[in-house]
Amino acid sequence: MRITEQQPGANKRFIDPASVSKRMDGRKITNTVFKTLFFMATLVALLVLGILFYRILSQGLGFLSLDFFQNFASRFPEKAGIKAALVGSLWLMAVVAPVSMFLGIGTAIYLEEYAKKNRVNDFIRMNISNLAGVPSVVFGLLGLTIFVRALALGNSILAAGFTMSLLILPVIIVAAQEAIRAVPQHVREASYGMGATKWQTIVRVVLPSAIPGILTGSILALSRAIGETAPLIVIGVPVIIQFLPSGVMDTFTALPMQIYDWAKRPQADFQQVASAGIIVLMAFLLLMNSIAVLIRNKFQKRY
Amino acid sequence: MVQLMNRTENETQAAVSPLEAPVREAAKPVVYDTKQLNLWYGSHHALKNIDLPIRENEVTAIIGPSGCGKSTYIKTLNRMVELVDGVRTSGEILYRGRNIFEAKYSVEELRTRVGMVFQKPNPFPKSIYDNIAYGPRIHGIKNKKVLDEIVEQSLRGAAIWDEVKDRLNTNAYSLSGGQQQRICIARALAIEPDVILMDEPTSALDPISTLKVEELVQELKENYSIIIVTHNMQQAARISDKTAFFLNGEVIEFDDTDKIFQNPADQRTEDYISGRFG
Repeated sequence: MRITEQQPGANKRFIDPASVSKRMDGRKITNTVFKTLFFMATLVALLVLGILFYRILSQGLGFLSLDFFQNFASRFPEKAGIKAALVGSLWLMAVVAPVSMFLGIGTAIYLEEYAKKNRVNDFIRMNISNLAGVPSVVFGLLGLTIFVRALALGNSILAAGFTMSLLILPVIIVAAQEAIRAVPQHVREASYGMGATKWQTIVRVVLPSAIPGILTGSILALSRAIGETAPLIVIGVPVIIQFLPSGVMDTFTALPMQIYDWAKRPQADFQQVASAGIIVLMAFLLLMNSIAVLIRNKFQKRY
Repeated sequence: MVQLMNRTENETQAAVSPLEAPVREAAKPVVYDTKQLNLWYGSHHALKNIDLPIRENEVTAIIGPSGCGKSTYIKTLNRMVELVDGVRTSGEILYRGRNIFEAKYSVEELRTRVGMVFQKPNPFPKSIYDNIAYGPRIHGIKNKKVLDEIVEQSLRGAAIWDEVKDRLNTNAYSLSGGQQQRICIARALAIEPDVILMDEPTSALDPISTLKVEELVQELKENYSIIIVTHNMQQAARISDKTAFFLNGEVIEFDDTDKIFQNPADQRTEDYISGRFG
């Protein structure tokens, strides 16, 4: 064997070139097999998405017209419109966005920048991540108990907005924490080293670097809030509404509620109206996600 | 020449009392006086009974093997060490006669008087101008003209003005590592400090950039007191007036740099500088 032919004093050789080349084919086949497997997995996801898109577009496009946006809900499919739901969803966002972002980003800043690393805070951090996994219907029940009943807000925009804020709060906190943690410690030190206070360092150094990540996470969380139905059902948000809300204390309906209502009606035509509603909702989500991507690309800073 | 003369003078002094730091004819005033400083990270005793008087307008080098506490010490001088959780200290550090551990002492104010340059160049991901103007801005200077002047003066002070004056608005990250480090020095100068702490400022730099920073340190000591931690003993010998040798959290020897490198009093110092360990 080659191993024994080595010069005395030289390193022993443990890798035999002959056996390496013998096993090379097998290694490459394994590589190809897994690559194909993962490609197929991606394909399945894309295929499902494609079918969904096709069905919804083919069913709903016919009902998408200017009238669809201008009409309120109706017993007749051809007169049914999405006006109340669309405006309701916008109102909902107007409450959820400021409330959840203020609370979420504030919590994240406190936990990452101010809170000491001790067991109590570790426990809090862990539980926030766990909260993100709590089913939305549970948050709906919480909202029903606290906002609708105890605070007597009824099934208003405010009650629904607070409930939705609670629902997406953990997601925003976790996303903002990640973004803040990604800011390198050494730039914080540079700032402290010049006599900056913690607040000055947060505002001038940490947030400018973290804001793209924070906003991306927040917008994705908000688009989840737009699509959520369960908490709204639990709170008792109505579906048939023939007027637009004039303030946050008014009752309202939202896109997913409206779609849910249309989809469960027996008339076949309403299935197509539901599809049209889904197209509107998807366009809404797509718009928000593109804003998130845009923000990320425009403001991202590299170290 | 001057160094030679100083040395003979020191040697005579050392002959009289070998344990005390030599006193020159007109000893410069003490900027930083460390008295019986102890520091613990949790249960790890990182600094033990440190006594170290640091004088004005001198370069004081701190040398020693990895983990000997030299970085910890320099970070204690502006209380940056407190950013680490679980740090405890005892003893005192007098900066210009006042104990920096006093309850009422404002760290922010201390750090305004004591600038710091870090091991890895750490500019902000902002323009060169905004990097330098950061310090003055947080201390309340808003006037554009004043800021312009501070930026120019600081960049000149750090000997990098000519290289960057035409691109003050480009991102500091577009500069080379050596230039970034001099930007960081300029940024420290912009808060008009009294003392500059340098924590291994050239360890991430190439030899030419290192030389530039070393030359800069020599110029800066005219106006500032400089305390520099370094792994590089030649560097300490080249640029410092005084050298402190740290080992296992203790100051083994503190004396004139020439004395330390040519005639150290302690066997451990000699072993270290002659490369027998560390």
